[in-house]
Amino acid sequence: MSTLTVTRAVHLPKVGTVLSLLVVAFVVAAALVPGLLVDGSPTAIDLKSTLEAPSWAHPFGTDDAGRDLFTRVVHGARESLGIGLGATALAFVIAIGLGFTAALAGRVVDAAITRVLEVAFAFPALLLALLVIAVRGPSLATSIAAVGIGSAPGYARMIRGQVLAVRQAGFIEAAAALGHGWFTVIRRHLFPNAMRPLVAVATLGVGQSIVWASALSFLGLGVAPPSSEWGALLDAGRLHITTSWWLEILPGVVIVLVAISVTSLGRTLQNRLGGAAR
Amino acid sequence: MTTVDDRPVGRADRVSGTTELLRVENLRVSFGATEVVGGISFTARPGQCLAIVGESGSGKSVTARTLVGLTGPGARVSADRIDLAGADLLHTTERAWRGLRGRQIGFVLQDALVSLDQLRRVGDEVAEPLKLHRWGNRAARAAKAVELLASVGVPEPEVRAQQRPYELSGGLRQRALIASAIALDPPLLIADEPTTALDVTVQAQVLDLLAASKERGTSIILISHDLSVVARLADEVAVMRDGHIVEHGPAGQVLHDPRHDYTRMLLAAIPSEHTRGTRLSGTATTVQRARRQVDRGRPVLEARHLTKVFRGPDKVDRTVVDDVSFELFGGETLGIVGESGSGKTTTARIALAILEATSGEVLLRGEPWSALSTDRRRPLRKQVGVVYQDPLSSFDPRWSVGRIVTDALATGRRPPSSKTEARDRAVRLLEQVGLTGAHLASSPLRLSGGQRQRVAIARALAPEPSVIVCDEPVSALDVSIQAQVLDLLTDLQDELGVSYLFISHDLGVIHHVSDRILVMKDGRVVEHGTATEVFERPRHPYTRQLLTAVPRLGSA
Amino acid sequence: MSRLRRIAVKAVTSVVVIVAAASVTFFAQLAVPGDRANTLMNLQTGQDKKWSVDELAPLNERFGFDDPVIVQYLDYVTGLFHGDLGTSYTQKRPVTEVIGGQLLPSLTLTGAALLVAWALALGITLLTVKRGRFLTSLGTTWEALTASLPHYWVGVVLLVVFAVQLRVFPIIGGTSALGTVLPVLTLAIPLAGFLGQVTRDEFEQVLQQPFVTTARTRGMSDLGVRVQHVLRHAILPAITLSGWALGALVSGAVIAENIFGRPGIGQVLVTAVNTRDLPTVSGIVLVVAAIYVVANLLVDLAYAIVDPRLRAA
Repeated sequence: MSTLTVTRAVHLPKVGTVLSLLVVAFVVAAALVPGLLVDGSPTAIDLKSTLEAPSWAHPFGTDDAGRDLFTRVVHGARESLGIGLGATALAFVIAIGLGFTAALAGRVVDAAITRVLEVAFAFPALLLALLVIAVRGPSLATSIAAVGIGSAPGYARMIRGQVLAVRQAGFIEAAAALGHGWFTVIRRHLFPNAMRPLVAVATLGVGQSIVWASALSFLGLGVAPPSSEWGALLDAGRLHITTSWWLEILPGVVIVLVAISVTSLGRTLQNRLGGAAR
Repeated sequence: MTTVDDRPVGRADRVSGTTELLRVENLRVSFGATEVVGGISFTARPGQCLAIVGESGSGKSVTARTLVGLTGPGARVSADRIDLAGADLLHTTERAWRGLRGRQIGFVLQDALVSLDQLRRVGDEVAEPLKLHRWGNRAARAAKAVELLASVGVPEPEVRAQQRPYELSGGLRQRALIASAIALDPPLLIADEPTTALDVTVQAQVLDLLAASKERGTSIILISHDLSVVARLADEVAVMRDGHIVEHGPAGQVLHDPRHDYTRMLLAAIPSEHTRGTRLSGTATTVQRARRQVDRGRPVLEARHLTKVFRGPDKVDRTVVDDVSFELFGGETLGIVGESGSGKTTTARIALAILEATSGEVLLRGEPWSALSTDRRRPLRKQVGVVYQDPLSSFDPRWSVGRIVTDALATGRRPPSSKTEARDRAVRLLEQVGLTGAHLASSPLRLSGGQRQRVAIARALAPEPSVIVCDEPVSALDVSIQAQVLDLLTDLQDELGVSYLFISHDLGVIHHVSDRILVMKDGRVVEHGTATEVFERPRHPYTRQLLTAVPRLGSA
Repeated sequence: MSRLRRIAVKAVTSVVVIVAAASVTFFAQLAVPGDRANTLMNLQTGQDKKWSVDELAPLNERFGFDDPVIVQYLDYVTGLFHGDLGTSYTQKRPVTEVIGGQLLPSLTLTGAALLVAWALALGITLLTVKRGRFLTSLGTTWEALTASLPHYWVGVVLLVVFAVQLRVFPIIGGTSALGTVLPVLTLAIPLAGFLGQVTRDEFEQVLQQPFVTTARTRGMSDLGVRVQHVLRHAILPAITLSGWALGALVSGAVIAENIFGRPGIGQVLVTAVNTRDLPTVSGIVLVVAAIYVVANLLVDLAYAIVDPRLRAA
């Protein structure tokens, strides 16, 4: 949930970029039109074939109700991706507000916000998220709120740093020396330049949010099973971990693949756009 | 495999300049397909200094690194011969190189702040070559380090040895770096831009130090971009361009009677007292031109008793600018010269009203300027332009040259009324500064340093200002490019009658461009007068000290 | 003198951090929808209904729910400074007691994981940074992969492979040494990847620095340069990040304890969140905040030892 894991990240070779694109394309397709990728229903119970190991018929095996795990994973993409996007969007809305206010509102406000951010940033994100869940009770909306609030401090800190760095830049002074007003300078130079590296960071953030939301579900504190959100699949599989490893490992592989792909794409994007300040 | 004798060459062998210490024949270095050094030959003799001079990209630094076997990964080095004191350096193993570095060859890099390990004590850094070559025990090395620091003129060497590089001033750091390079008294000392980024007075001291080493019989190879620095020390000069030595000979001949056009061009490009009122670039060496008229009526820009106090993080007030007053008249260039920390840039920023003075006032055409509120001042900004040292950082990285210039036009006295007009006027401005309309769509990132500074000048001119504040506008440029930009600035002044407030640390540049000069030291104006007065009849001891320290071609 | 002042400033900010965390947790408790006493009664009796004012009176009395918010807040904060974290809703005993015994295993776990992560990161980075194409890409790939692995997946894979299939380690290991190995690795592997990346980036940059060239021109070997000059510079960012890393470790510990059935505050926390036992959740958040404060002081200390520039400033 922290943006630090996000900014420094994967140095995969060029082939990696292509593979990452394929993985992301697959997940997006699964989220938009799952029926295109798999035939059956994710909730079709088949009590004759429960807990079957992976095979050609069931590439990811089946769960304790005989449901095809691959179908469930594909149908879970919508929810997982939705949480990832929603949480990142929420985090950025909070972070942009805090970050810009801290950087531009003067020394006292900055000191106050920065101090809080420093603490919140280093504070275990999962604990912040769990606090939100303890207050609101587990649900899809809570997961989004929890992950969003948990990751906001990291982004806010980064945005503040970015705005301050850009504010120091020579072209800001040059624009002021030309006689442009402060508001014009913010709108035309400060904002776009400060936000530019964040496009990549946001991409990375989606991957991280998916991972964190699934961790919540894994603990039984996120989206609950019958849902086929990826973390919920993991939670459901834990009962059978000693007998049917695929229920636990394979959805995990999917999450890891998506996380690595998105991170690697974000990194590539970051290099293209010119690196973000740490 | 040749083994190299790792005893330093005996004193007796290196007294006179007749025996060769180092012989390099037909040295070639390439990285991939690019040849950086294309077959150069030279020799170095004990007690003599060979200077290798060139602009950036000439291959001079690569040559220096090759002589210590540190050309870098991916480099291909070939030569007919590289001999040091009779031993073959061309076929030396990495292990043998380690025995040579520091013991037979000392190496001094530029800017000791980054060339010394910041996390270690100065004493340990100086003693490191001793330790690596197993000289003495720990206590003996520590004592020797202090002795070495004392020998390069570092005051309180015991204290300094315990400090870390960032706690020392630039000059002391550079001395410590030299002390470390000469710790084992190597017969050959290679100095790669050893005085770049130092103030002139410090620069002179460091050059004296190298000269003393030369007197003692050390052979010095001095790498520099600055011909006038070289003049102080070199016995022989090799001028490099694009990986080749274009001219090579005794220092006196190369510097005063150059044979090659490129050397002539480089020499002509150096601004100094001799070049006032002449062009620095171009083939015609000295073309007298019509001097512009200076309007001695009401000053365009006037500073009255400016003082700026900064409060440091330690809550101690430091007066950075102390009671500075000046007048800048129409069509005039007022030069402000001083070393680092003299307060010249802060003065410029106050004059621009980017920074507020603690007390004092700046007037624009006799009207309040610094005292106005931000909103009231904004419409007047078109009258005052600015050119910075680093043009690239002063451009929004997302913007094209065209957008930068048209944006500045829009803030000017006559904002363009249509897109076509804006474009036409932008093209005209670019042509005025020696660029073309083809540059409109370029990103400044893809321009050369000189071209970027031209764009910056075009932007400053666009609002049609009466004053342009130039803050070290040519300090980051190679001397030939510097010459072109200085010529451009003077041409524009002749044409448009604009006034310059010209800030520089370089006395030659200041002498070349200024009508009148302020000399600043520690925030105060110590001398004030016309260029002739200041340079020919300096009254203040500091000005005299500066003028003696300035490296001059004449001293060779 | 300035050193004393800095320590004083640190101490004050530490208290501010704790109070801020306390405020957040306190208002989080207020933010629970519905009447607190009513929710509490339902929790304790296992029913779901609206209780009458009289029935709730003893609860309101005991927890002080009827006092003005500001009074409750001050009570809560002053209680903290006396070591009182409130009373658990579900267990009806002081939160300090609920957490107390569970703290040590969690600290052992995170501390051990931090050490193992540093050892792994430094070992792998030193061996592979700029050491020819093959070793370098091996190192970067390992770091890139492990840094992106979620803790729970690492834990599950380790559990399945080493406990279920190979039976090298117990499935539920408690706090025994053998049972601690897998949870520690679960936390250490992703962190090692992350610290390794940070250190490698910095190492590569420092290798380009002029002072490294200076050392080489004095006759220093490549290994000497790496160990005596570069390493010290290269670990600085990773040290700074270790304060943050500890936060990530605590998050990971919650998950690892959950997977391996290991006692610790993570277990308590998950149960407490499930039962919406906010005083316990808040208590744990505060304890972790206190650990965070101490850890950051240690990080500052470590940094100052490695980088004397900070001592001078």
